[in-house]
Amino acid sequence: MIMKLAIAGLLATTVMAAVPAQAETLRLLTWGSYAPEELVKKFEAKYPDITVEVTFSNNEEMVAKLRATGGAGFDLAQPSHDRIFAVQQEYNIYKPMDLSKIDTSVMEPKLLDGVKANTTIDGEVYAVPHQWGTSGLMANKTMAPDVKAWGDLCDPQYAGKTSMRLRRTILLGMAFDMGEDPFAAYADLDKYQEILDKVADKLIACKDNLKAYWKGGDDLSAMMMSGEIVASETWDSTAYKLYAENKDIVFVPPKTGALAWIDTFALPRKGEADDAAYKWINFVLEPENVKIMSASTGSRASVKGAKDLLPDDKKAAVNAAFTDEDIANLKFFANIPAGVEDMEGKTLEKIKAATGSE
Amino acid sequence: MKQRDIKRLSLILLFAPFALWILLLIVLPHLGMFYISLREKVAPRTYEFGLENYINFFAEPIYWNTLIRTGSMSLLVTVLALLLGFPIAYYIAKIAGHRSRGALFLMCLIPLWVSDLIRAFGWILLLRETGIISSSLQWAGLVSTPVEFLYNDATVIMGLVYTVILFMIVPLVSTLDGMDDAMVEAGYNLGGNGPTVLRRIIIPYAMPGIVSGCIVVFMLTAGSYLTPILLGGKNSSWFTEQIYDQFITRYNWESGAAFGFLLLAFTSLVVWGGLKLSGQTLNSTVARS
Repeated sequence: MIMKLAIAGLLATTVMAAVPAQAETLRLLTWGSYAPEELVKKFEAKYPDITVEVTFSNNEEMVAKLRATGGAGFDLAQPSHDRIFAVQQEYNIYKPMDLSKIDTSVMEPKLLDGVKANTTIDGEVYAVPHQWGTSGLMANKTMAPDVKAWGDLCDPQYAGKTSMRLRRTILLGMAFDMGEDPFAAYADLDKYQEILDKVADKLIACKDNLKAYWKGGDDLSAMMMSGEIVASETWDSTAYKLYAENKDIVFVPPKTGALAWIDTFALPRKGEADDAAYKWINFVLEPENVKIMSASTGSRASVKGAKDLLPDDKKAAVNAAFTDEDIANLKFFANIPAGVEDMEGKTLEKIKAATGSE
Repeated sequence: MKQRDIKRLSLILLFAPFALWILLLIVLPHLGMFYISLREKVAPRTYEFGLENYINFFAEPIYWNTLIRTGSMSLLVTVLALLLGFPIAYYIAKIAGHRSRGALFLMCLIPLWVSDLIRAFGWILLLRETGIISSSLQWAGLVSTPVEFLYNDATVIMGLVYTVILFMIVPLVSTLDGMDDAMVEAGYNLGGNGPTVLRRIIIPYAMPGIVSGCIVVFMLTAGSYLTPILLGGKNSSWFTEQIYDQFITRYNWESGAAFGFLLLAFTSLVVWGGLKLSGQTLNSTVARS
């Protein structure tokens, strides 16, 4: 019964396109907005013998789906760059990429090299960058002008009017806020546990200050737009979407640095349409397609000059949020070593179960 | 002889879908889960057999506290669903006229045509701080500031009762339907008053429906996922959420599978205990209703 419900939940997020017989199928496992209808149609028009089938998911569910089948069922997946290395070592669900088949010359070299460095195992590269963005804070300028750091979410002057998602992002953000460097501590897990314990105490004390934990972009947007909360931890793309409707709601890179993620392209180990997958990768890297993609995702592509390829409203939102200094201060998510998921999971459970100071 | 063969063949054919369903969709996956739950992760890609995952559950108070919390809240939901559902079922089965009965039954069924998720979002729209109820109260001048009804345990319980009450009403209606009105009349004729008739005649007669309704409602509630997650607040954990987290966010299928079995064992134990306490058996109740 439980599994049935969990699976029903998974299926609810799944969208299947109709499949005509004969044609080759590209089964894409990706994020909610990463395969806009317009782009899929354009791709199918360009390659009439390929049909694109899209399944929407998130990092954890992508890994779980591929793990369940040993990497079968999909031809191209888009997990974040920190979900490749340890996952591959543990579950062997991806296959190495042939970079000669990808037009890497259009990619932003810094991001490409970063992802390559993060996802190389035994000399083989397992992923290339696609969209990137950040996690940070969002605040309503008129009601919470002073929100500048992760810790400000716990500021009593906003009691009952802040929110966060109870996931690893806030653990890392809060650790930076307390002057620690969690990514450096990945090398020494005892030290990392110490940091996590400190962060847990802080977040448990902070619980009374929160209205609720948000669970997805939709409930976060609803709480923020209605003014029920004035500041929250957020993805930048969610904040940009709200900025388009209300110019008072801006993305605020925390003063310790916004946390940056890169969503990648990776080939599942038992994928059956590698050529179609490479075609899709090169297709979405073309400048006019990057534009369509970024309009849908609200994030920047990992190509040179990506900021200019953003739609005007998103460009305005980015300019309102980021200075060059903030960009230089970005903290890219480090590879998650084996065991860290468990430590972080336990910490999150502890925070969720604590009843606050009432 | 030939006729016996045909009889046997038709029996096998009738039984086959059920047997296949039980075997392929219930027994086999559970065996697989059980196997996974007994694996201990020692290092990447290496596993050992052992009970570590089960031991972890008992060693960590957060886990069993959540299970007990889930169990007790589910019991509360079951009791509330029974208290609310019984009068409704009695009205539909005994008091309403023949023509309105179908309409009333249909009205109970209609909410079920909409998915759990949509119903939960409906509650969210009604109950949130800037939602319909809060703003109507302000408009009526009953409260001066917005009220947040969402994100607490009471809301979770209400949402769950709303979701499962139908599964209480349906078996109750079908049992009460079979009760002869003459029995109630005889009870009054023999000098019984309302409560006595209810206690000595109606409830004993409805017992099969009550028990099967309670079992279904309790199991559904304890295994529900969407309603507690969406309506619950920052302190409300539900055991199914724990299982989801183990499987999905922590990549820990081993302990997730163990948790699944513990939930199954726990709910079965509660149902068994309930049957024992009320002096009923599955044969005399669920199998009859």
